Amino acid sequence: MVQAVAPAMIDDATIERSPGYWSTVWRRFRRDPVAMIALGVIVLLILIAILAPYIAPHDPFRGATLRRLRPPGTPGYLLGTDELGRDMLSRLIYGARLSLFMGVTPVFLALFIGSAIGVTAGYVGGIVNTLLMRTIDIIFAFPSVLLAIALSGAMGAGIVNGLISLTIVFIPPIARIAESVTTSVRSLDYVEAARASGAGALSIVRKHVLGNVLGPIFVYAMSLIAVSMILASGLSFLGLGVRPPEPEWGLMLNTLRTALYTQPMLCALPGIMIFITSISFNLLTDGLRSAMDIKA
Amino acid sequence: MNTMSDPILDIRGLTVTFGGGPKPVRALDGVDLALGRGEVIALLGESGSGKSVTLRSILRLHPPKRSRIEGSIKVEGIDVTSLEGRALESFRGKTVSMVFQEPMLAMDPVYTVGQQITEAVRNHEKISAADARARALEMLTLVRIPSPERRLAAYPHEMSGGMRQRAMIALALASKPHILLADEPTTALDATVQVQILLLLRELQRELGLSMIFVTHDISVAVEVADRIAVMYAGRIVETGTVRDVIRTPRHPYTIGLLSTRAHGGRLEGHRLPAIPGSPPDLANLPPGCAFAPRCAIAADACRASVPEPVDLGGGHRVRCFRTAETVNKVAALAPAVTS
Repeated sequence: MVQAVAPAMIDDATIERSPGYWSTVWRRFRRDPVAMIALGVIVLLILIAILAPYIAPHDPFRGATLRRLRPPGTPGYLLGTDELGRDMLSRLIYGARLSLFMGVTPVFLALFIGSAIGVTAGYVGGIVNTLLMRTIDIIFAFPSVLLAIALSGAMGAGIVNGLISLTIVFIPPIARIAESVTTSVRSLDYVEAARASGAGALSIVRKHVLGNVLGPIFVYAMSLIAVSMILASGLSFLGLGVRPPEPEWGLMLNTLRTALYTQPMLCALPGIMIFITSISFNLLTDGLRSAMDIKA
Repeated sequence: MNTMSDPILDIRGLTVTFGGGPKPVRALDGVDLALGRGEVIALLGESGSGKSVTLRSILRLHPPKRSRIEGSIKVEGIDVTSLEGRALESFRGKTVSMVFQEPMLAMDPVYTVGQQITEAVRNHEKISAADARARALEMLTLVRIPSPERRLAAYPHEMSGGMRQRAMIALALASKPHILLADEPTTALDATVQVQILLLLRELQRELGLSMIFVTHDISVAVEVADRIAVMYAGRIVETGTVRDVIRTPRHPYTIGLLSTRAHGGRLEGHRLPAIPGSPPDLANLPPGCAFAPRCAIAADACRASVPEPVDLGGGHRVRCFRTAETVNKVAALAPAVTS
């Protein structure tokens, strides 16, 4: 009987050992030039942020009243100087630190808290689901910009308060995605099969639910980074996030707006940085989404 | 076979009701089933007859909030219906394990086959990762997967359908269960692969001394693997007996109808295949009497008034029918030859 069974399987025996999931994703991602460029830009920005003290030509805090608002291209000041005579290039370089931090941190905090809420609601179901998700819906009902402004306005200006308010803004959308993906995974055969093989509820959630849910949630959260950066810049622009003299792109946009008519190019620089960063994160997300084959 | 005196699995009066609303669905109604040690029973029936519900009840897989289970299920003397928490988790997979119909869906797509088998083993045994991996390799060898070392690192989607079902069987057997439940394990496969999987299951069952319940809607599959057949209709077992008894001398009109609908040699070209008139009943709205009565050619008033109790025809051949006197030798000529 064994002999009768064996011959049909020969074709499979010759197949080379297959690559893992992530190396397949990476292979597909690499073939997408737009996504690769976006990734390159983001890596570059991160490097700039990390290496800021080494590559910035001047101290970003030291100004000089005699050389205020020089245009880009001034000798010694490649991108000119701002309204207090501080070197623009150095401030943009240092600004990458706070701006990236303000963009990425709230999203990761929200990813953590939001998926915990969503997965719990989706897996437990019933009254727990109703309670959690309706609460989330109430927060979700506020327009995100208004909510961020209201929250940080109520808590007072400052980096930490800005981070907290942005995190609260991003929890609802992530929790909702996590809940819907979990609900669909929960009823799949392999979860039932895991239960049938004696796995406990915790290990099912940890391995089978999170393993299948984190990919889509992560990709969605990546797309929020761009939004978060813009919101954080917005808060700083309104004086609610980062406070002067810290270099942050949104804040620089605010303080430079007085010079809009005398040095328009100078005013546009922080905005250009925000634009480049957020569009890179968006394009990276698109590339990841198609490489991971997530239909959303 | 003298296994019935001490069955490994004993189901008595199992009734499963889904949904507590105004119209609850009674998916199972008074199912009695005893599985002997080393015995294979085929549960035969059409969609919605309660085959899978029976299997899932044994593992307590039904959502407790939306289902009500009555009756008793005893496995090796332990009442499964009263198991909770840890005891239930260590019962699932270790004592009773299940092979699912669609291996593509029953295996987690983000883990390799090896990881999944390892996990199943470590749910029950405190052994090192290396030992669990060795067990996974041993299981893949057991189900005759070629180059098993390489297959450990394969994801479910990288395998062929038959290979996946083998891996599924390896997964189910990883914790060395005593009872294997197979929920239409060959339905999703190619005809040629079906035979291989059936042979494999039959072989493993003998080799490991497994007791097995095999759910199928395919009579020829039931004949191939089973010692006994239990025919289900609308949540009740209408006929049980040895394969020979049920196939050679079926006594329930539904079984007779099922057997006569089979297309086999001797049919004349151009003739229609016989079919059972009518359609399966609505489980939320069963007639007061025998559920098959509306489609039955020999139904009498008694059939429509009350549900028939099982009648023992000798040798463990039990039929739930009032009209067994009318069904003697009814289709002996139509029944296919049984060679075992």
